[in-house]
Amino acid sequence: MKLPTLREVATEARLLLIGIPVFLWTMIPIYHMFLFAISPKEDAFSGKLWPDHPTLHNFSIVFNQQHYFLRDFYVQFWNSTLIAAAVGVLTLFVATAAAFSISRLRVPGGRVVMNLALFTYFIPAAFLAVPMYRTMGNYGLLNNHWSLILAMVTIASPYAIWVLKQASDKLPVELDEAAVMDGATTLQIFRLVYLPLMMPSLVAIGTYAVLLAWNEYLYAFLLLSNDREITLPVALGNFLAADDSPWELLMTTGFIYALPPAAVYYAFRRYMVGGLTAGAVKS
Amino acid sequence: MAITLSGDQTIPSAPLSSRLTPAQVWGIVLLAPYLLVFLAFVVYPVGYGLWLARAPENYVALYNDPIFARAAINTLIFLVIGINIKMLIALFLSGFFAVQRTWIKWLSVIFILPWAVPSIPTILSVRFMLNPEWGMINHFIFTLTGDDGPNWLNDPTVALTMAIAVHIWKSLPFWTLILITGRLAISHDLFEAAEVDGASFWQKFRYITWPSMQTLYVTCTLLSMIWTLGDFNSVYLLTGGGPADLTHVLSTLGIRYLRLDQLSLAMASIVCAMPFVLPLVYFMMKRLSR
Repeated sequence: MKLPTLREVATEARLLLIGIPVFLWTMIPIYHMFLFAISPKEDAFSGKLWPDHPTLHNFSIVFNQQHYFLRDFYVQFWNSTLIAAAVGVLTLFVATAAAFSISRLRVPGGRVVMNLALFTYFIPAAFLAVPMYRTMGNYGLLNNHWSLILAMVTIASPYAIWVLKQASDKLPVELDEAAVMDGATTLQIFRLVYLPLMMPSLVAIGTYAVLLAWNEYLYAFLLLSNDREITLPVALGNFLAADDSPWELLMTTGFIYALPPAAVYYAFRRYMVGGLTAGAVKS
Repeated sequence: MAITLSGDQTIPSAPLSSRLTPAQVWGIVLLAPYLLVFLAFVVYPVGYGLWLARAPENYVALYNDPIFARAAINTLIFLVIGINIKMLIALFLSGFFAVQRTWIKWLSVIFILPWAVPSIPTILSVRFMLNPEWGMINHFIFTLTGDDGPNWLNDPTVALTMAIAVHIWKSLPFWTLILITGRLAISHDLFEAAEVDGASFWQKFRYITWPSMQTLYVTCTLLSMIWTLGDFNSVYLLTGGGPADLTHVLSTLGIRYLRLDQLSLAMASIVCAMPFVLPLVYFMMKRLSR
């Protein structure tokens, strides 16, 4: 083996000098959450870096709903799942139809709609929440899952349309023309030519919408309030209302709640990073 | 569609389908779902909200509310200091992650975690770490120095700094990723040529990297400003706007008024941010729809 030169050692040391703080900075809040999840209450509050008696007891309390705050854990988990899935499906439907219409059919006014969608994308989400909360009340949708689903579709669609339109524009027009020559109707082109070619972008956008809805706190907290209607993040926020919050259970539930999005993210990382970052900022 | 005259006499008007091709009819049908969503959940709420906020008394009330002034200043601090620190670190780290090493590749996979996991459990985790009595950080300070650490979230300046740190923790990975993409797009030949000419690290950055990334960097900074204005979680979950409502930013303040059933004040506080937001939005739309 060739010994590294002094210069190489110095470079490596400099890189580590950046890499180690980056690693600690990234991991400490996540590790802290995990540490609480595997610690009995006494250990969690003692500030130790590893519990004296690591345990899965907290998980068993959560999964058996053995605490006042966890009475509706499964219902809330299910609410989160259902809402995220509905937002994913609806966003895909709305955005794919719009992108196909604007990009492939060149519908009159399509460009205007595209710009309106982009404008929505740039309204800070917390600002839109204020009037939207009242509007949902006017529509009679408060405390109904549809309010959160529709709000999240509104927020996810603009970006979805934009990314899908960019991807649509890259497909050659000749494909559509050839299909028309063969006597295909518009719907057949959509189903048999367009959708299969757009699959990678659709996966990226579907994942984006699902994660957005699963992770959403503000809109969920404003629009839903009944214990059996709320999603997991709202339930986590409600833990804080107590004077003596069971933090180790809060962190355990939070850890369980954070696992699915992290898993989905890593499973679809190639699609996500390629599709989303390329779409986010056109350089 | 037809116009009915007397009796069964009708004059057929030109059918819609003769003016539009079938493809265009489908285009309208397929665009309709989004248009409905847009009208029902963007146009109507925004219009209704603006109408509620129209009375000048609202703005007088805001002007007289010290919490509003404080929130406006906090928002500016967040935008000017927080975002510039974040983007400079992202620019620096994009260079670090572009270095070819196996361990750096693995680190980049981990580095994305704050962005990939939801805000609420991680921000609450930080909140507990900062707890003056039980938190990990003050335990650590006590072990090291034998002194009690500060009461992190009880001092508005420190609490706001921590909220900015949380914001950076959460969004740094995303911007670093974008800037890495920008950096990788620079032709490698330029660096090789510079190396042959004996350019220093700084000279390579100054004359090659920065000029190629300048536009991207500025766009990212502006986009980040818009999104940061909408960041409710970093402040609300860490400090709840406290102590004494001194760490609010405009996004949490709007929700605070909303919770107090003062919707017109909530809308008015958001309208006050519009002179800053609209030029940013205009600029971003111009850049993106090119």
